[in-house]
Amino acid sequence: MANSDRMRRATSTLMTTLTGLCTLLAVSALLVILFYIAWRGIGSLNIQFLTDRPRPIGEGGGVGNAIVGSLVLLLISAGIGLPLGICVGVYLSEIGRGKLSHAVRFIVDTLTGIPSIVTGVFVYAIMVVPMKHFSALAGGVALALIMIPIVARTTEEMLKLVPHSMREGALALGAPQWRVTLGVVIPAAASGIATGAMLAIARISGETAPLLFTAFGSRFFPESLNQPIASLTVQIYNYAISPYDEWHAQAWAATLVLMTLVLGINIMVRFLTRSRLR
Amino acid sequence: MSAVSEKFGAYSTWRRAISPTGNTGDAVFRFLMLLVALLMVGIVLAMVIALASESMLSLRQFGFSFLTSRDWNPVKGEFGALPFLWGTIASSIIALLISVPFSIGIAIFLVEQAPRYIARPVGFLVELLAAIPSVVYGVWGIFVLAPILRNYVEPGLAKWFSWIPLFSGSITGYGLLTGGIILAIMVTPIISAVVRDVLAAVPGSQREAALALGATKWEMIRVVLVNGVPGITGAVILGLGRALGETMAVTMVIGNRPEISLSLFEPSYTIASAIANEFTEATGDLYLSALVELGLILFLVTFVVNGFARLLVWNVTRQTGGVGRAA
Amino acid sequence: MSVSKRSSQLLVWLSVVVFLVVSIACNGGSGAGSGSLRLQGAGATFPNPLYQKWLSEYSRQHPDLKIEYQSIGSGAGIKQLKEQTIDYGASDAPMTDADLKSAPGEIVHVPTVLGAVVITYNLQGITQPLRFSPEVIADIFLGKIKKWNDPKITADNPGVTLPASDITVVHRAEGSGTSAVFTDYLSKVSAEWKEKVGAGTSPSWPIGMGGKGNEGVTGQVKSTPNTIGYVELAYAVQNKLPVGQVKNASGNFITPSIDTVTAAAAASAANMPDDLRVSITNAAGPDAYPISSYTYVLVYKNQKDAAKGKVLVNFLWWGIHDGESFAKDLQYAPLPADIVKRAEAKINSVTANGTALR
Repeated sequence: MANSDRMRRATSTLMTTLTGLCTLLAVSALLVILFYIAWRGIGSLNIQFLTDRPRPIGEGGGVGNAIVGSLVLLLISAGIGLPLGICVGVYLSEIGRGKLSHAVRFIVDTLTGIPSIVTGVFVYAIMVVPMKHFSALAGGVALALIMIPIVARTTEEMLKLVPHSMREGALALGAPQWRVTLGVVIPAAASGIATGAMLAIARISGETAPLLFTAFGSRFFPESLNQPIASLTVQIYNYAISPYDEWHAQAWAATLVLMTLVLGINIMVRFLTRSRLR
Repeated sequence: MSAVSEKFGAYSTWRRAISPTGNTGDAVFRFLMLLVALLMVGIVLAMVIALASESMLSLRQFGFSFLTSRDWNPVKGEFGALPFLWGTIASSIIALLISVPFSIGIAIFLVEQAPRYIARPVGFLVELLAAIPSVVYGVWGIFVLAPILRNYVEPGLAKWFSWIPLFSGSITGYGLLTGGIILAIMVTPIISAVVRDVLAAVPGSQREAALALGATKWEMIRVVLVNGVPGITGAVILGLGRALGETMAVTMVIGNRPEISLSLFEPSYTIASAIANEFTEATGDLYLSALVELGLILFLVTFVVNGFARLLVWNVTRQTGGVGRAA
Repeated sequence: MSVSKRSSQLLVWLSVVVFLVVSIACNGGSGAGSGSLRLQGAGATFPNPLYQKWLSEYSRQHPDLKIEYQSIGSGAGIKQLKEQTIDYGASDAPMTDADLKSAPGEIVHVPTVLGAVVITYNLQGITQPLRFSPEVIADIFLGKIKKWNDPKITADNPGVTLPASDITVVHRAEGSGTSAVFTDYLSKVSAEWKEKVGAGTSPSWPIGMGGKGNEGVTGQVKSTPNTIGYVELAYAVQNKLPVGQVKNASGNFITPSIDTVTAAAAASAANMPDDLRVSITNAAGPDAYPISSYTYVLVYKNQKDAAKGKVLVNFLWWGIHDGESFAKDLQYAPLPADIVKRAEAKINSVTANGTALR
C-alpha cells in the first residue's frame, strides 16, 4: 500500500472520528442543559402544576392555563405561518423566474434576521393599538411572521432537491403543473418540509419577546381569541426574573413541560410524514 | 404574440402570460403562489417603511455620524451605533465560527455514518435544542457557562495567548466570548437539521460513483458536501439570522456595555439586546427614534450579509459547473 | 399509501387536536362566564408579587370579576396606559410632567406600597454587613474608587479586612424603575454624579456591566466574586445576599428593612405634594433608609366605562386598606397612616362622566 494511500485512509479515519465527536459534544451540551433544567425543576412537576392556574407566591399554583395558551398560539401561528411559508417556498422553487423571484428570496432571507422583538413591536403597532387591546390573535400573527421565512427557505431548499426526473415524469404523463407540484414534488420533499416546519415550531415555542406586546399574558384559562392569553414562555420568563426560588423551580418545571410538548409535536409530525419508500 | 392576441383577445393573452400551459388550474395555482410571495414582500416593505419613518428624527439629527459614533448616552441625548454594530457582528461571527463546523460534522455523522437506530433519536435531540426558551439559555449561561469560562477557560486562554489582543482584558465570565458560545449552541440545531436534510437528498449515485473510483469514506463525504453547497449556505444563512436577532439569552451573559474592545473577554452589547432592553423605557422621541434606527441598521446588516452569501454560492456553483440532478 | 389517503389521515389528526385544544380552552375556565367584567393592568415588575397576591385574595371575595396584572416594566405600563390598551398602570417612578401632558386624559397617582433599593456585594469571607457612605457609593459607581481596600471604604468599616482586589460594578442593563430610584439618590448625594450621569431609568453608566433585570444582577453578583450591585430588597432577602448599611442624611448607618423604609416615607409625609408624586430618597429622619421609594398605581381621573371604573376604585380602596396586611410577608413596606388618607382622597376623586365612583 502506497504511502499516499495510508495518508488518505488516515485522514478519512480522522475526519470520521471528528464528526462523531462533534455529535457527541452537541448531544452532551443538550444533556447538560436538560439535566440542569430537570435538576432545578423536577421537584415542582405534579398534576396540580399541570392543571392549575398561577397562584401568588407561597400558594403553589401551576401552568395549566399557560399550556393551553401555548397550544392555542401554536395553532394560530402554524395555521397562518405554515401554509403561507410553504406557498412562498413553492413559489421560489417551482414558479418564480427572473428578477422578481430573486427579490422575493432576498427579502425572505432578510426577514429571518429580524429580532423577534421588532416583529412583536410591528404587530403591536398594526394590530394591538388600533384594536385598543391585546389579543391571542395578535400573538399568533407575530409568531407566524417569525415562522414564515424559516418555513419558506427550508421548503424551497427541499423542493429544489427533488430530482427533475420526477417532475418530468409526471408532466410527461399529462399532469398540469399544479398537480405535479401538489401531488408529486411536495410529497417527495415531505420529510424535508416537515423538518422546516418542526424547526419553525420549535423556534416559536421558545419565543418570549414578541408575545410580550401582543398576546400579553393572563392568569386565567383562555376564553376568547380576542383577549390576552397566557403562554408557557412568558410565564417562564416572569417566574425566572422573580426573586423567589419557588417560582424559579416552577420556571424550570414549565421549561420541561414546554420541551416535552415540542418533542411530542416533533414525533407526531415525523410519524405522519414518514417516507414509506425507503 | 400579436397574432394570438388578435385571434383570442386580451383575456387569452393575459392568461397565457400567467400560465404557459394554458391550464386553468395552473393559472389559479401560479397566481395564488405569486400573491402569497408578494404578500411577504409587502409585509417586509411595510416593516422597513415603518422602521424608516420612526427613525426619521434620529436620522435627521445624527446623519451618518450615527454609524461611527461610540457614545450612547440617553440622558444627554447622544446616540451612536458603532458599539452595537461591533457587538452584533462579532458575536455572530464567533457563533458561526464555532457552530458551522460542528453542525456540518453532526449532519455528516448522522447521515453518512450512524445506523438508523442512533441517527433518528440523536437527530430529535439535536432539534430539541432549538425549542429551549432563550431565557432558559440565559439563566443557564449565568449559572453554569459563565463560571466555567471565568474559572477555567478564560484564565487558561489568557495564560497562553494573552499577547494576542483577543485574549487580553478583565476576566468576569460575561463578555463577547460567552455571548458567542451561547449563540453557537442556539444556532447549531438549525444549521445541522437543514444540512442533514440537504445531505440526505444528495442522490446515492454520487456516493457510489465516488466510492467506485476508489475514494476513502472521507473523500466520498467531500463529494457529497460539494453537491450540497447551496443548501448548506441556505442553512448557514438561517443560522446567521437567528444569531443576529437573538435577544434574551445574549443580553443575560454579554455584559451589556456599549464599548468596543478587541478582547473577547470584555463585556459588549448587541443591537437586538439594546432594543429589547431599552425600548419599553425609552422616554423622549429622540431616544425612541435612535433605537428604531438601530433596528433599521440591523435590517441592513442582514441584507448585506445575505448579499455576500448569495455571491459566494453563485461563485462556487459556477466553478463546479452546477449539480446535475438527473438521477 | 396514496397521497390522498395520507393527506386525509393528516387532516383527521389535525381536526382532533384542534377540537381538543379549543374545548379545553373554552371549558377550562373556573366558572366565570364570558359575561364577567374584565380589568387589565400592567406596569412595574417590583410590586408584581404583591399585586398578584392582592388579585388572588380579591377574586376570592369577588369571583365574578377578572382583574389581571402583567409585569412589563414601569415605562411600558405608562405607555400602555397612554395608548389606552390597559385599564390601570403601575410605576415605581412617578410620571414626569411631560408624560402627564401627553396623556389623553388626566392621570391620578395612587401610592400602594414602598420598597427599597439595597447595595449588595460578593466578598469571600466577609460575614458582617459592610457600611457605605453616600459619597463612597457614588465614587464606586463612577469608577473613582477601584479597589475594595480603598481607604474611603475601610474608613467606614473599621475592623474588617477588605481584599486588595478590583471592584466589579454590576448595574441594570435595561431601563428600570430600580435604576431610576438609585440614580435619583446618587444625584442627591453627589454633585459629580448629578453632573456626569444624572438620574433616569436608563442612565449612561460610567463603568461596570449590565445584568438583565433584578434577577440578572442578583445572579451575576451571586456568582462572581468581588462584585457590587444594587437590587430590590426582596431579591436580596430571598437569595440571602449580603446587604450593605447605608448612611442616611442624619448620619446613621441604616440597614434596609420594612420598618426603616416606612420611616423614610413617614419622615417625608409632611412634604408630600398634592398629586402625590414625590421622591423620598435621602429622606430626613433618624431611622430612614435613604434609598427608598413609593410605587404607584396609575388610573385615569375620568373613567370612560362606569362599571369598570367602579370595580377599579373598589379594588384600589381594598388594596390600600386590606391589601396592606399582605405587604410585610412579601418584604414590601406598607404605607404610613397619613399617606393612606391622602391615597383615599385620590381614589375618591376618580369619576365617570362627572359623578364620583365612590
